[in-house]
Amino acid sequence: MSRFKKGGARELPAISTGSMPDIIFIILFFFMVTTTMREVTLKVRIKSPEATEVQKLEKKSLVSFIYIGPPIQSRIYGTESRIQLNDSFRSVKDVAEFIYAEREQRDEADRQLLTTSLKVDSDVKMGIVTDVKQELRQVGAFKINYSTRKGAGAKEVAAAE
Amino acid sequence: MARKTPEINAGSMADISFLLLIFFIVTTTMDTDSGISRRLPPPPDPNADVPIINERNVLNVLVNKNDRLMVDGRLGDINTLREETKKFLSNPTNDINLSEKKEQNIPGLGVYPVSKGIISLKNDRGTSYAMYIHVQNELTAAVNELRDELAKNKFGKKFADLEKTETEAIQKAIPVSISEAEPEDIGGTK
Repeated sequence: MSRFKKGGARELPAISTGSMPDIIFIILFFFMVTTTMREVTLKVRIKSPEATEVQKLEKKSLVSFIYIGPPIQSRIYGTESRIQLNDSFRSVKDVAEFIYAEREQRDEADRQLLTTSLKVDSDVKMGIVTDVKQELRQVGAFKINYSTRKGAGAKEVAAAE
Repeated sequence: MARKTPEINAGSMADISFLLLIFFIVTTTMDTDSGISRRLPPPPDPNADVPIINERNVLNVLVNKNDRLMVDGRLGDINTLREETKKFLSNPTNDINLSEKKEQNIPGLGVYPVSKGIISLKNDRGTSYAMYIHVQNELTAAVNELRDELAKNKFGKKFADLEKTETEAIQKAIPVSISEAEPEDIGGTK
């Protein structure tokens, strides 16, 4: 009886792939839980500005979005910044109607908590944003949120100057 | 006679879950919505009197269409805005040019000199959104830093880690007093 076997090339036992479905399932569940489906197709280009003092938006069901930015299809719609509500370009006057419609979809008790998130491109001029804000004030949608990415905000503005 | 049902082949399970996995990986968007929260003032009442506010209690921040700052009549710098705002609100040396303080009894904190200062932010229609957010961010940062300092002093914790009642006390002691002036078209659009 020899202690040491001779002949190096011993066959490795095949790795069992039986647990593969389980591993894949775990990853699958992770993605299923974290995923958020896009509800609207963006027609405007939005590159949010960066800020450091951001707060997370709570209760996603109580948030309505207003998108402002230059159209993606600039050949058809030009480069002037536009407002997108739901799936189409709208003007400032339609904001009030949009807010009323959003309120109608919520329960009576939740209407006061409705937040309007402004997703605005960093190159947009404040004029159009101010108009939207004035419109929101008129219809009593006071809770707003300027959508920003977390990061060092200083760089971007310095580069723009 | 009960016949044995043939076993279902589970070998393709991995492939099926792979397909699902790939679908979710492709459709997933990891963006969590975050931003700077603000409360808009109600529309102005034409009959209401204009409240009389002492000049020293207002910090005027103007942003023009070239994204330049003016703070209380002087040319301002975005990099020093945070410090200036903090100094204006806290007024540690009781400077007569900075904001007044009023002693208030706050439950959980005791008597605390609450600043009467208001930051008035005014922007032009031509101001870029990036600059506007940057200014808002600096002003919010100033308030948050003051709150953090007070929370550290009183409770030994950061503002974000406080209990609910403590948070409310600090919020009363250092309110977010940023007011946005009624818009005016000064520099022309675009």
